[in-house]
Amino acid sequence: MSKDIRIKKGLDIKLVGEAEKTTVAAKASSYYAVKPEDFHSIIPKMLVKVGHKVKAGQALFHSKLDETLLFPSPVSGEISEIVRGAKRKILEIRILADATQAHEDFGKKDAAKMSGDEVKTHLLAAGCWPFIKQRPYDVIANPSKSPKAIFVSGHDSSPLAADLDYVLTGKEAELTAALTALTKLTEGSVHVVTKKGGNSPLANVAGTTSHTVSGPHPAGNVGTHINKIDPVNKGEVVWTVAAKDLIIIGEVLLTGKFNATRTIAVTGSQITKPQYITAIAGASMKDVLAGNVNLDNTRIISGNVLSGRQESEDGVLGYYDNQITAIPEGDDYEFFGWNKPIFNKISVSRAFTFSWLNPNKKYDLNTNTNGEHRAFVTTGTYEEVFPLDIYPMQTLKACMYADLDEMEALGMYEVAPEDFALTEFVCVSKQPHQKIIREGLDLMLKEIG
Amino acid sequence: MSLKNKLHNIKEKYKGKKMAPAFNALHTFLYLPNETTHNGTHVKAADDLKRTMNTVIMALVPCLIFGIFNAGYQHYLATGAIEASHGFLGGTFWTFDNLIHGAWKVLPLVIVSYGVGLAVEFLFAVIKGHEVEEGYLVTGMLVPLIVPIDIPLWMLAVAVIFGVVIGKEVFGGTGMNILNPALTIRAFLFFAYPTWMSGDKVWVSEAVERAGTADAISGETILGAYAQNNTLPGIDQWDMFWGLIPGSIGETSKFLIIIGALFLIFTKIGSWRIMLSTVIGALVMGLIFNGVVSAEIIGESSKFYGLMNVPFWQHLIIGSVLFGAVYMATDPVTAAQTNKGKWIYGFLIGFISIMIRVFNPAYPEGVFLAILLMNVFAPTIDHYVVQGNVKKRMKRLKVKTA
Repeated sequence: MSKDIRIKKGLDIKLVGEAEKTTVAAKASSYYAVKPEDFHSIIPKMLVKVGHKVKAGQALFHSKLDETLLFPSPVSGEISEIVRGAKRKILEIRILADATQAHEDFGKKDAAKMSGDEVKTHLLAAGCWPFIKQRPYDVIANPSKSPKAIFVSGHDSSPLAADLDYVLTGKEAELTAALTALTKLTEGSVHVVTKKGGNSPLANVAGTTSHTVSGPHPAGNVGTHINKIDPVNKGEVVWTVAAKDLIIIGEVLLTGKFNATRTIAVTGSQITKPQYITAIAGASMKDVLAGNVNLDNTRIISGNVLSGRQESEDGVLGYYDNQITAIPEGDDYEFFGWNKPIFNKISVSRAFTFSWLNPNKKYDLNTNTNGEHRAFVTTGTYEEVFPLDIYPMQTLKACMYADLDEMEALGMYEVAPEDFALTEFVCVSKQPHQKIIREGLDLMLKEIG
Repeated sequence: MSLKNKLHNIKEKYKGKKMAPAFNALHTFLYLPNETTHNGTHVKAADDLKRTMNTVIMALVPCLIFGIFNAGYQHYLATGAIEASHGFLGGTFWTFDNLIHGAWKVLPLVIVSYGVGLAVEFLFAVIKGHEVEEGYLVTGMLVPLIVPIDIPLWMLAVAVIFGVVIGKEVFGGTGMNILNPALTIRAFLFFAYPTWMSGDKVWVSEAVERAGTADAISGETILGAYAQNNTLPGIDQWDMFWGLIPGSIGETSKFLIIIGALFLIFTKIGSWRIMLSTVIGALVMGLIFNGVVSAEIIGESSKFYGLMNVPFWQHLIIGSVLFGAVYMATDPVTAAQTNKGKWIYGFLIGFISIMIRVFNPAYPEGVFLAILLMNVFAPTIDHYVVQGNVKKRMKRLKVKTA
């Protein structure tokens, strides 16, 4: 049953620095890095040592709890350094890339002729499993469980996000192969949601259920789709795969090679020429942004401004990310900034903030919090940007006082931190909603499992 | 070195020290802080709590200014120095004399309210080591507007200390309190000094001092008169609407309260759901009482007759139902927090306000008691609204498993 989802509650954050639709190849980086923190709740167990040679697709480490869950190297080269932090926690695995890339060969497969178990084994072996995530808890899917449905979002509505219709064009074969493989993994449907009125190559792939969505952000969030199409109940599991990762899965199936090359939107007001580039996951920011960024007091984010991760200018592109955003840091005081009329910032209220006057204006926001951290005071604001059938403030408070029964009853199984990105953006009390939800989910994962 | 840099250096120097919250409170009053986001959303909306509170204060300022003029006007009118004026722009209302007399009476109340209240807030912030939260900015403005003009300053100071400490700080400060602090202050005054607060002398300035002398003037409110089956001479409904009547300082001008309400709704700071449902609740109760009177269940001899017989819509322009609905009931911390809950919460406030008004012979203003009562019940209302959502989720699970 296909559905036409219309979102009314939400907010499009329009920023300066949208990527122009031209794609250039980024300079190949000399070194790449994989950060285990990209894979939330996974404790890495290293399979390689400094000095080892790896091929692209060869596993660097596996999960401590499940040794079939492999995490592959995005490039071929030599392990140059394993950076450790407190308690010898692995922070970063650095790989000195070879000039010519060698790929591990996993063999060509025709997903249509494989059984579910074969697909599962193949994806695990080829290092594609980390691309499959699960709800509840928003972590990498547990391969031993069977999901009731799999969701793929073909629309990214977050600020300055890569236009998936543009990025995915030309990758039809890979997408179809990957989706076919996914249909083997569940007894339920594979729900593919695309933007209404767009021409996504994901729409109407045989074997999947196609839906369309329209409305402001978070219309593209997979959490929104799950809530509207088939909400997660207690005891149920759904898996989600990002459209951009389908390409990598598809290529593994079609060619046998793990190729982590992505089309990345380089965006934000500090970028000289916002455009799309192709680069390999884990590439160093220096090479990716080479000369295209104003580094004067700039925040570089791997991902979007709502849920991305802060990276230094020497940092690397996140394993999952297909966007880089550079915006000005806001570490300055603003005289009477709390009561003067505001024209250059976004607000959902009209309390002498005038962003309601022209809703299509693009803003150059900086990283200032625009106020200090406070207790929850105002009510009703979150609900205006939160389309899920869940009470956001009550859920956040339940997480803060760690009442597992209440968290469960209020719908924590259905949410991921990114679903609370907009409520965090509009929060008058500047509470870290995504962090609160993440910690709540981690607690549930630990206590309930 | 500019002021900005100097303040920044002081802030860095005293970081982590005991007095840091006190300094920061003053610093952030001048400058939006230089704090940046960490992981999480990297950008944030423009509003903060200071801006939100400031918007409410701005909605209150017209009421305060009107209250100042009205204080002078009521005084000179009662002493017979000036003629009664009619209409909002009445000739004898917006005069310099009224302003001077009113300001002399009202501004000390504002200063005491803010001074004492903020001192308590700063003290608690320093002791507990948290930042000074902005909750008192609005409370401090509300307090002078809801007390009678002739209240002694020491009485106000005692009440403010009680209200802030017991009404707010013991619960953990702004955002954690159950009762509206401004109304806690009002309730404290009412129960601690009942002869002052419920007398018929305190509502016009200097009426108390003149009582029993040859210059005695009446200091009664319209509600007080209605409750005794009387009316005040020379006041028509337009006077009540424009606000040229005796009463608490800021609550008399229904016109300016409506302007303030529209401003709060437009800025999306005040909850229109609560305002509207409170008004509906008050009208419904008024209609019921009108029905009781016209069915002749209550005769003219009854002591409730006077207020019951008031046409239902007039309940909105006498007393402080509107002021309570717009500025007090909408306090987001103590009100119901779910949208559905807000409708129920507001309706019951309006309904109970008028009920108390009619049935309480000692003191005919029930709004503040109604709001405090519903403050206590707001979490219960929310609980049942949220349970509705929880039940829906349970049902979904049952359908699945069945």
